Amino acid sequence: MLMSKVLRIENLRVAIEGKEILRGVDLTIKQGEVHALMGPNGSGKSTLSYALMGHPNYEVTGGSVTIDGEDVLGMEPDERAKAGVFLAFQYPTAIPGVTVANFLRHAVTNVRNPERKEGQDLIPMRDFRKEMRQEMDELGMDHEFARRYLNEGFSGGEKKRAEILQLAMLRPAFAVLDETDSGLDIDAVRIVSEGVNRVSAKHSTGVLVITHYERILTYIKPQFVHILFGGQIVEEGGPELVKQLEAEGYDWIRAKYPEAARLAAELEASQQDQGVGV
Amino acid sequence: MATDLNLQVAGIKDEYKYGFRDSDDNYAFKSGKGLTKAVVEQISEMKNEPAWMREFRLKGLETFLKKPTPTWGGDLSELNFDDIRYFMKATDRQGRTWDDVPAEIKNTFDKLGIPEAERKFLAGVGAQYESEVVYHSLREDLQAKGVIFTDTDTAVRDYPDLVREYLGTIIPIGDNKFAALNSAVWSGGSFVYIPAGVKVDIPLQAYFRINAENMGQFERTLILVEEGAQVHYVEGCTAPMYSSESLHSAVVEIVVKKGGRCRYTTIQNWANNIYNLVTKRAVAHEDALMEWVDGNLGSKLTMKYPAVYMVGPGARGEILSIAFAGKGQHQDAGGKVVHAAPHTSSRIISKSISKNGGRASYRGLLKVTDGAKGSKSNVVCDALILDPASRSDTYPYIEIDEDDVKIGHEASVSKIGEEQLFYLRSRGLSEAEASTLIVSGFIEPLVKELPMEYAVEMNKLIQLQMEGSVG
Repeated sequence: MLMSKVLRIENLRVAIEGKEILRGVDLTIKQGEVHALMGPNGSGKSTLSYALMGHPNYEVTGGSVTIDGEDVLGMEPDERAKAGVFLAFQYPTAIPGVTVANFLRHAVTNVRNPERKEGQDLIPMRDFRKEMRQEMDELGMDHEFARRYLNEGFSGGEKKRAEILQLAMLRPAFAVLDETDSGLDIDAVRIVSEGVNRVSAKHSTGVLVITHYERILTYIKPQFVHILFGGQIVEEGGPELVKQLEAEGYDWIRAKYPEAARLAAELEASQQDQGVGV
Repeated sequence: MATDLNLQVAGIKDEYKYGFRDSDDNYAFKSGKGLTKAVVEQISEMKNEPAWMREFRLKGLETFLKKPTPTWGGDLSELNFDDIRYFMKATDRQGRTWDDVPAEIKNTFDKLGIPEAERKFLAGVGAQYESEVVYHSLREDLQAKGVIFTDTDTAVRDYPDLVREYLGTIIPIGDNKFAALNSAVWSGGSFVYIPAGVKVDIPLQAYFRINAENMGQFERTLILVEEGAQVHYVEGCTAPMYSSESLHSAVVEIVVKKGGRCRYTTIQNWANNIYNLVTKRAVAHEDALMEWVDGNLGSKLTMKYPAVYMVGPGARGEILSIAFAGKGQHQDAGGKVVHAAPHTSSRIISKSISKNGGRASYRGLLKVTDGAKGSKSNVVCDALILDPASRSDTYPYIEIDEDDVKIGHEASVSKIGEEQLFYLRSRGLSEAEASTLIVSGFIEPLVKELPMEYAVEMNKLIQLQMEGSVG
């Protein structure tokens, strides 16, 4: 049996343009586990996902991230992908002129053969195409989709499905889904969620679902729920925590953690000024 | 296009791959440096030309000497006309088979892959080495249909009436300083004649190779497409790297008669010490279609604006231009379309990429003359700038003397986005791979217009240009 990997985030501190957003986050995810990270706007959820993937604008000011003890923070984003980390973006970027298939074949080749040198062969077209079509069928996607330019002119639902298609093809050890449910209707949420569950079951992927709605969590059922607020995880528990949020909203959190509430309000305001997510 | 960039570039090093050179010690003839009346007369004499052609050359020389060096485009101040050899003949023979070509020269074209391409997917090949064409072939079935594909020197001897009727009519001697220079010292180039109704379904290719240092190459190409005929002509060009500059200054004149179609594809990959100053112009008659597909990757400075003059009703002109400006390079490229008849339509699509301090300029002219009613034109130019040291400019000139027209013009400049790079890198692509993918996507709308073999070649060249650009 394969050893199951452990992603460990310890006391992680992250700043954007000198402003500290995450103020010491601890989170441990084992392969095969499903975690939900919830919290109101401005609590730092997207910052955590970008920092995990190594976005250059997110400066780590303290703490560590490791996979089985190996340092992740020193890795380039592509090395992290090869180490088994995947981020399903909230706002996937369009790459005009590059087809989904061409891009994905490069990505799959690199991630599955981390030792491959540039210029060496890509995975065989025939195998790749067959596998991609199977995954597309599972996600209810037209095969024509593979020939479209990546995320260009995609609807919200198409973008998210494309992210899950990538997830399915890249078979990561750990997947972070950053607000994958946002902008989706209920059917799309279900299809996307089923895709995540299938991948997770097949490849024992550890999943971190970031969301501020409960809806997606009725499909992707978390064993562990964490509430991020003011840049720190303030509450942890099981599925009952989701129920509590559903019933009571975030007000009790704000009341319980006034200092974090002040920081969150400040961040939300600056986020609206700059039009960027934290 | 979903070609596999990585596969194509296996084994490619990050130097200019075509930079090898042969010795020029055993050349049949080398002119001294500099341009004089004696040099022009000597060229004409060596070619055994009729008096009219000698006069044409001398008029070219006179015009060249009178005209000032243009200052409106790229920097020509370091171009020293006295330091150039205007005529160099590597061999006395021209081959009809590659075995007839001197071994050293054949070897060069082998390295460039020309004989192999000829076997695989070309209808005819012309290969020019320095001033003269050393090899020429045309598929026999096309010869039987009356298609002519030969070098222009041979055409002056064998088809003097056709050459005399058209040469210098599309691009007059006095059109510009470099057209005048070419008229004075031209040598080689292709002469193509497609009889009425004949459709040449696979491309004819000419390949131009400069080998010696301080060489001037001045080929002159004339393409005549008769009514309802069709041809695709492709040219490629390379040269070795030297410490001092060489000059390539071609003139290409094309006539496409009623209902005819001509596509002219260039993949210019000169070494980065070549001044590439070329005049290309086509006249499209009634319902004719002229397409220029112009890829400029090499050279120190390129100034080239392929033109289509639409002189018959319903004529169409298309110009697709890709320019890649790397370190020390200035690509001043674009296109000109002139609507001189009713219901003519044109499209210019230009894509430029600049990196490592390179400069890419789009320079274009759109002109609609009075009476060209119902004409349509659309111009799109997009620039991609890879780093802050690089530069892109747009110089669109528009002259409309007719009210009943539909004109569109769009221009965009973008930088490779940090978010695009991050997105691709988060999927396991290295920074270099991600940049290359973004650039190949940027030019994809043009590359997909190329025949498969050239699309592969173009992607390969882009990959080569991209290497070492990051990290």
